[in-house]
Parts: sequence; C-alpha cells; structure tokens
Amino acid sequence: MSGLSPIEPVLLARLGRPDSASIETYLEDGGYASWKKVLGGSKSGEWTPAKVTDLVKASGLRGRGGAGFPCGMKWTFVPPKEKRGGKPVYLLCNADESEPGTFKDRLLMETDPHQVLEGMMLASFALDVKHAYLYIRGEMVHVAELLNKAVASAYAKGFLGKDVLGSGLDLDITIHRGAGAYICGEETALIESLEGKRGHPRIKPPFPAVSGVWGCPTVVNNVETLCCVKHILDRGPEWFKSIGRNEKNTGPKLFCVSGHVEKPGVYEAPIGVPWETLLAMAGGVKGGRKIKAVIPGGASAAMLTAKEVENLPMDFDGVAAAKSMLGSAAIIVMDETTDIPKAVTNIAKFFAHESCGQCTPCREGTPWMHKMLKRVVNGEGKKTDLDLLLQIAGQMGNGMTICVFADAAIAPVLSGITKFREEFEAYIAKSNHPDFALAAEGLTNRVADRTAAGIHS
Amino acid sequence: MAEQAGNSRVGEHGALSCGQALSFSSPTRADFERLLTRYPTKQAALLPSLWLAQREWGWISREAVDYVATLLELSPAFVWGVVTFYTMYNRAPVGRHLIQVCTSISCHLNGASEVYAECRKRLGDPKPGETTPDGKFTVVEVECLAQCDKAPAVMVNDDDHFVITKDKLEAFLGSLK
Ligand SMILES: Cc1cc2nc3c(=O)[nH]c(=O)nc-3n(C[C@H](O)[C@H](O)[C@H](O)COP(=O)(O)O)c2cc1C
Ligand code: SF4
Ligand code: FES
Repeated sequence: MSGLSPIEPVLLARLGRPDSASIETYLEDGGYASWKKVLGGSKSGEWTPAKVTDLVKASGLRGRGGAGFPCGMKWTFVPPKEKRGGKPVYLLCNADESEPGTFKDRLLMETDPHQVLEGMMLASFALDVKHAYLYIRGEMVHVAELLNKAVASAYAKGFLGKDVLGSGLDLDITIHRGAGAYICGEETALIESLEGKRGHPRIKPPFPAVSGVWGCPTVVNNVETLCCVKHILDRGPEWFKSIGRNEKNTGPKLFCVSGHVEKPGVYEAPIGVPWETLLAMAGGVKGGRKIKAVIPGGASAAMLTAKEVENLPMDFDGVAAAKSMLGSAAIIVMDETTDIPKAVTNIAKFFAHESCGQCTPCREGTPWMHKMLKRVVNGEGKKTDLDLLLQIAGQMGNGMTICVFADAAIAPVLSGITKFREEFEAYIAKSNHPDFALAAEGLTNRVADRTAAGIHS
Repeated sequence: MAEQAGNSRVGEHGALSCGQALSFSSPTRADFERLLTRYPTKQAALLPSLWLAQREWGWISREAVDYVATLLELSPAFVWGVVTFYTMYNRAPVGRHLIQVCTSISCHLNGASEVYAECRKRLGDPKPGETTPDGKFTVVEVECLAQCDKAPAVMVNDDDHFVITKDKLEAFLGSLK
C-alpha cells in the first residue's frame, strides 16, 4: 500500500457530526480512550511518560506549526526532573494561527475541541506538565468561548483537575486569549505574551525547552501537532507511519487551500501528496483558468511558479527542495489574471505592519520594502527600485535578526521579483517618476555587482 | 515597527481620559479573581484583565490603564506599553459596529481591497478608525482572520461574516442596525 493513497479523514473525522464539539458526542465516538488508557496504566507503570514520548518519536511526527521540527525529539530536550531544580514544566498549545492563508487550527478547534484537549492531556503526561495553556489568537472570540466550555466539561467529567481519574496526577488547562499581533505565533513571543508583556521574541538560546515561560522548561506545540499525538496514541506509530510519502514525512496533514480555486477549504490528505491531488480536491483553478503562481506555505513562503509546483510532493522536504517551505500548509493559488506586483505589495504591507520592532533590519527594512513596492505599483517606480529592493531584502535575513520573521518577510519579495521580474518592470516602464529619465544606470550596475558577489544571496 | 504592530485599530494617540475613575463591577471583579487563580504570576493576568476592561467599558482609557495597573501591581506605563502593542485593545470609543475588513493576501485575491474602499465610501469616508457621526460604525482594515476560504472575510465586533463581496456590501451594511 502506498502511503499516499487516499485516506479516511483522521483529524477531520468528526467534521459534520452533529454537535461534534460536545463532550458527550466525543465520548460516544470513542474520545478520551487514550487518556483513560494512559492514566489507567500509570500507577502500575504500564504507561510512563517515556513510553508516550517514544511512541511519538517512533511515529515520525513533525510539528505542524511551520518549522516541521520532529515532535518527539523536541520533547526530549526538556531536562529530566532531577535537573530541573524543582521547576514545573509547561506545555503551550499554539493556537495563534495568524499566518495569512492559514485556517486549519480554527477548524480543528471549532469542530472537535476535545480532540485538541486530549492531545494536550497526553502531551502533558509525557512531559510531566501540571498546567498547560492554549494560546488562541484574540480574534477567535467564539472559538475561545467554545474551548472554555469544552475545558469546563472535561473538568466536570474528571478528565482534568486534581487526581485525574484516580491516577494521582493533577492537570489543569487554561485557555488564554491573545489580543491581535501576528508575531505572538512565534514561540518565544508567545511566551512573552503569555507572561503579560509585549510580544517580543527572545534571543535563543536558551531554548524554551530549557527556559521558557516563567523561566521554566516549556514545550510549544501547534494545535494540529497535538491532535496528531492523540491519534498516534489511539492507533500506534506504525499506523501513523503507514501514511505519508516517506519515513521523514509521515501522517495525515491538513492543507488550507485558498485564493483562486473553485472550492477553497481545508483538505486532509497524506502528507506528501502531489500538488495536483490537492488542487483537484479544491475543485481546480477558478473558472478553469491557468495557474500563474502558488504560495505553498503561507505568506512567509517563497512563491512558486506553475512549472515549479508540477508534481511537487506537498510535504516538508518536498517543498523545501523547491526552495520554498510547507510552513503552515497554507496554499494560496494565484491564477493567470493575478497582478503579481500587487500581490507582493500586499504581502509586504502585512510584514511591515506586523514587525515587532526590536531589530533594526526588520523594523526599518519591512516598511521600506513596502513603500518601494507601493511606489512601483502606483506607477512611480524608478528603474533602480527592483535591484534596490533585492539589496534591502538581502540585508535583512539569514541570522541578522532575533527571530526568523525577517526571513519570512523577504521570501515573498525575493521570489516575486526574481520569478516575475517582467511584471514589475512593466510597471516601471510606464512609470512617471521624475527621476526616471535619469536612468541611474551607474547605481543599477553597482547593485548588480553586489548581487553578483552574492551579497544578497 | 513596535508602533506599527501596536497601531490600534481605532484611536490614534496616547491614553485618552474617559473623565472618571473606574473600577470593575462585582461580576467582572469575580471574573478577575478567577483569572488570578490560573497563573503563577499576577502579570500574566494582564491580557485577560484588559479584555475584561474592554468588555466592561468598550475601550481602554487612561483610567482603565491605571485601574488594571493597580490591580496587578504593575506600573501604568508598563500596562500602556502592552496595550499599544496589540491591535485589538481599542484606545478610543468605537461605533456600535466595529467593522474589520480583512485585506490580507487570500482576501486581496478575492477583491477585499475594493470591498474595504467601497465600505468606507458608503459610510461617508471616515478616516481609518474614525467613527461615523451617528456613532454607528467604525471601519478598519485588519490582517488575515483565518477565514481565507470564505474570502473576503469581515468581522463585526466579535462576529464573523463571510464572502462579503462588493455587490453584497449594501445589503450587508443594511443588516447592521
Ligand atoms: C513569525 C512566526 C509566526 C509563527 N506563527 C505560528 C502560528 O501562528 N502557529 C503556530 O503553531 N506556529 C507558529 N510559528 C511557529 C512557532 O514558532 C513554533 O515553531 C511552533 O508553534 C511549534 O509547534 P510545532 O513544533 O508543533 O510545529 C510561527 C513562527 C514564526 C517565526
Ligand atoms: S526579526 Fe522582526 S519580528 Fe523578529 S524579533 Fe526582530 S524585529 Fe521582531
Ligand atoms: S486572508 Fe483574509 S481571512 Fe485570511
């Protein structure tokens, strides 16, 4: 059996089930079986934190939040109890979901909040966590209400609280609402925000696993990652590994398809399915038009051309091989009618607005890129603008900043200008900028030299 | 920029005064006390406490900042610094309907920028964040609302609205009483 054959929905299995968010239907459908199983076997030593971690490791699960970091391995970075100096460990479920084009975690939380909670419970067991937090973006007011209801019913049934199900273990879960700031999805910004501060990413190291929220060892995992944990505990790592393209890309995956497609939505498929399969699931390109570009992993990912996405395996390594990233699996389709310079300007505006302001290259660079792009699409671009843009972008990324937001901000600009340069040039050719006639060739050449020297590579 | 990330959806400048000292009503005070039990530090209750303040008074005034600061044993300057970092704390009163139009990429590809422009035009071209004279509407542009499959996406106060295309705008605005 190929790991890429169509699967019965796993993460979205309960989508469309009436009252799917209630604890009653969740229990009817076999929910909390793994939580009961693990807790039930914890006293006898049949189930230990290490055993849960080993299963997750064996499954090959990689984080669904963006970076694709192996989940079980991340958990092992938390120091053992004797080296923690009495400090508690915290689990933070990242439900900030703000990457433009991403809407899968919302669906998971809306349709099946107990699936998310059970994933958090199992991860908490593995990590010796006594209090886990779910950080949800501020805009999802109603989802937060629904989660609070789910948490309350889990307490009422004894799945949370003191001495959970007679296991002698305590566990609390708190839903914490953000207040509107994309950067709070970055794990150390999320930690700062949870502590009640501005969402400024922290310099790493120390990594959160060693010193995270309130100076304690902390694991941050995405909503979908934690849902996968529940299913790995339900069905075993071999089953999980049987789905997906290869050993390094395993399990079911949610893809958010939006933009110019007939049926935008969240689609579940084995990780690594070819691009064409996903496009077909989303009903194909709107109006039967042709594709011009595809953003495979949210606004932070480099654009790919129609040619580049052909037969592309939609998983972490497949998309990385095409020099972009799967990220949050937010696939934004742009058809042949799309004005790429305007799309790139739109994305640049997002990043200029959302930079947290700590690092000079990012704080200054993102608005400059946006201003220059706006100038180009407003018909006032200079001939030198494109190379200057590439140059600015070249000075922002690659470890120049505290977090990788800056790298995210330049990816759409670099890829857009490099792959669709003629569209930008067409705007500039029609430009009425007063300097335009000067045709500052000298500067253009200097920039070109620097480019050739790899200064912005 | 910090200032940019903190550009409140509404209200441009400093902590505006509401003209009177504030304190939580007793149900809100009870909610606040419950909050404190969920965190190991008082400071961690800041974002949720500001939410309570906004629920109670509709926006975060200078007096609200002072009050929350006292409750959590923080300096008002620190609290204000946090308020201004996040976009969802209103720094001035807003209209009965706070219309938040997403113009990020997936919505943009589906005509959101035109929807936003048209929306403002129909409401008499208020400045971004400015409230219409009848106190009914405040319109702002926001980033991706994680509803990209239902583009263009719009939020009014806490409620989500889907596929608000330009031709549906008149009926949509009319439905907001
Ligand atoms: C700018 C930025 C924004 C991010 N936003 C999110 C987000 O909204 N949700 C999320 O799960 N991860 C987000 N991440 C990734 C997190 O930092 C972190 O890697 C992730 O939550 C870890 O979970 P995982 O290992 O389960 O994937 C973001 C990262 C960056 C740099
Ligand atoms: S790279 Fe940008 S977002 Fe990240 S810490 Fe620096 S200024 Fe903030
Ligand atoms: S781009 Fe508008 S909701 Fe995501």
